[in-house]
Amino acid sequence: MPASASPDLLGRSGRTDRQRGAGPSVGMPRWLWFPAALAAAFIIVPLVAIILRVDLASFPALITSPSALEALWLSLRTAVASTVLCIVLGVPLSTILARTSFRGQGLVRSLVLLPLVLPPVVSGLALLYTFGRRGLLGQSLDLIGIQITFTTLAVVMAQTFVALPFLVISLEGALRTSGTRYEAVAATLGARPTTVFRRVTLPLVGPGLLSGSVLAFARCLGEFGATITFAGNLPGVTSTMPLQVYLLRVDDPDAAVALSLVLVVVAVAVIGFARHGRAI
Amino acid sequence: MITKTTISTAVAVTALLALAGCGSSSEGTQEQELTVFAAASLTDTFTELAEEFEKDHPGAKVTTSFGGSSDLVAQIEDGAPADVFASADTKNMDKLGDLATDPQDFASNTLEIATPPGNPAKIKAFQDLAKDGTKVVVCAVEVPCGNATAQMETETGVDIKPVSEEQSVSDVLAKVTSGDADAGLVYVTDVTAAGDTVTGVEFEESDQVVNTYPISALDGADDADLAQEFVDLVLSEAGQKVLSDAGFGQP
Repeated sequence: MPASASPDLLGRSGRTDRQRGAGPSVGMPRWLWFPAALAAAFIIVPLVAIILRVDLASFPALITSPSALEALWLSLRTAVASTVLCIVLGVPLSTILARTSFRGQGLVRSLVLLPLVLPPVVSGLALLYTFGRRGLLGQSLDLIGIQITFTTLAVVMAQTFVALPFLVISLEGALRTSGTRYEAVAATLGARPTTVFRRVTLPLVGPGLLSGSVLAFARCLGEFGATITFAGNLPGVTSTMPLQVYLLRVDDPDAAVALSLVLVVVAVAVIGFARHGRAI
Repeated sequence: MITKTTISTAVAVTALLALAGCGSSSEGTQEQELTVFAAASLTDTFTELAEEFEKDHPGAKVTTSFGGSSDLVAQIEDGAPADVFASADTKNMDKLGDLATDPQDFASNTLEIATPPGNPAKIKAFQDLAKDGTKVVVCAVEVPCGNATAQMETETGVDIKPVSEEQSVSDVLAKVTSGDADAGLVYVTDVTAAGDTVTGVEFEESDQVVNTYPISALDGADDADLAQEFVDLVLSEAGQKVLSDAGFGQP
């Protein structure tokens, strides 16, 4: 399995430690250190800068204020719901994309991965033109008394829209590198397709599914553009942490910074948890 | 090998220099540059006034930057290269303190209800915004239009239960023009500028809350005289005509 030796999106390498030390050591061009350090510093220094901005004295009060807790709770709830939705929808999609071939498959793959590169505001507009009150499908929904915009459901839909491709791209890669040998063996032993999928395919790609879900969760938690465009901004209903940070950044920078730090900590915790989970 | 390393280093250094160079503006030969920061609601009028200014001052180039007043104030305090600032309310101009050399009121604005074309929810008065089932979008209280909305609610005793508190007037308008909101509260001038995409509903209490727009040249302007000339243009009869055509009231 040569492909699994490359680290996945969470930096988990498929190699064992023994493999890592084996073989003749290849010299690394020394000048690589300079741009590499520059790149690392470029990401790390701004993170440090935001931490330095935190006003420690008021920090506990700021992050436990009712409005902050409300936004955090909403963010966590919606991100979990969206991640579940991503898994429910993304696992079948990735499997179909990785294990079958049909006409126009390449086009379908490119299109469903599009939200990865679209500005989130554009994703929000697309959702608005689909599910908004005068949208493609929203028009009919409005007739039977359902309006999605301005609801928590709209937040979940916006997050799912932008995060689903993260799960699909991770899982499809895992499916492709895991190969179909074990599945073929199971099938020759008489297992039905559903059994093979449940007992062989899914366990094989467990790590890929985990890392994909974590990425999707993190993306949901940070969603801003699509949410504000499609769902609006109302405390407790649609105003998630990133929206609060954006609104507070000018009038109450201390609160904005405190909330930002909470988001950073949650993101670090999630990624740490997922990296730790690789041993399972 | 050494040459390659040298070349790589040279490339890296050049890239860094190029990055560093991004911030500094090129010194034009005789071109005078003037940077005007103005509230988002002034976008159309100040674009027009900037063109007029350039016509009257050959060689001058006016760069405009529009945004939420509080955002612009934060940028100016952080050292953004602004020469003139026009705010949508006095509160934000006051935040600048001595940075604003001589703030002068140049226009005023009042609130108006914006509805999707044809006013499908039949909004007729300010009280209608509090009706059950009416989907109203307002500005968040942190931004000037939201502050004005909150004052209006206090003045009239009408308690609006919005479905969304947006970050700016244009966000409110976007929710109205898409038809997802039954009504939004914005400024009179926003309704005028939006043209056919919204139907405006004036209400009698609107004059109880008036937003005053101050303008000032800024301390540290590259060319203080040029900055003051722009302020003078806005305060002149020609400038006031442009503003009143767009729906702004007298200061």
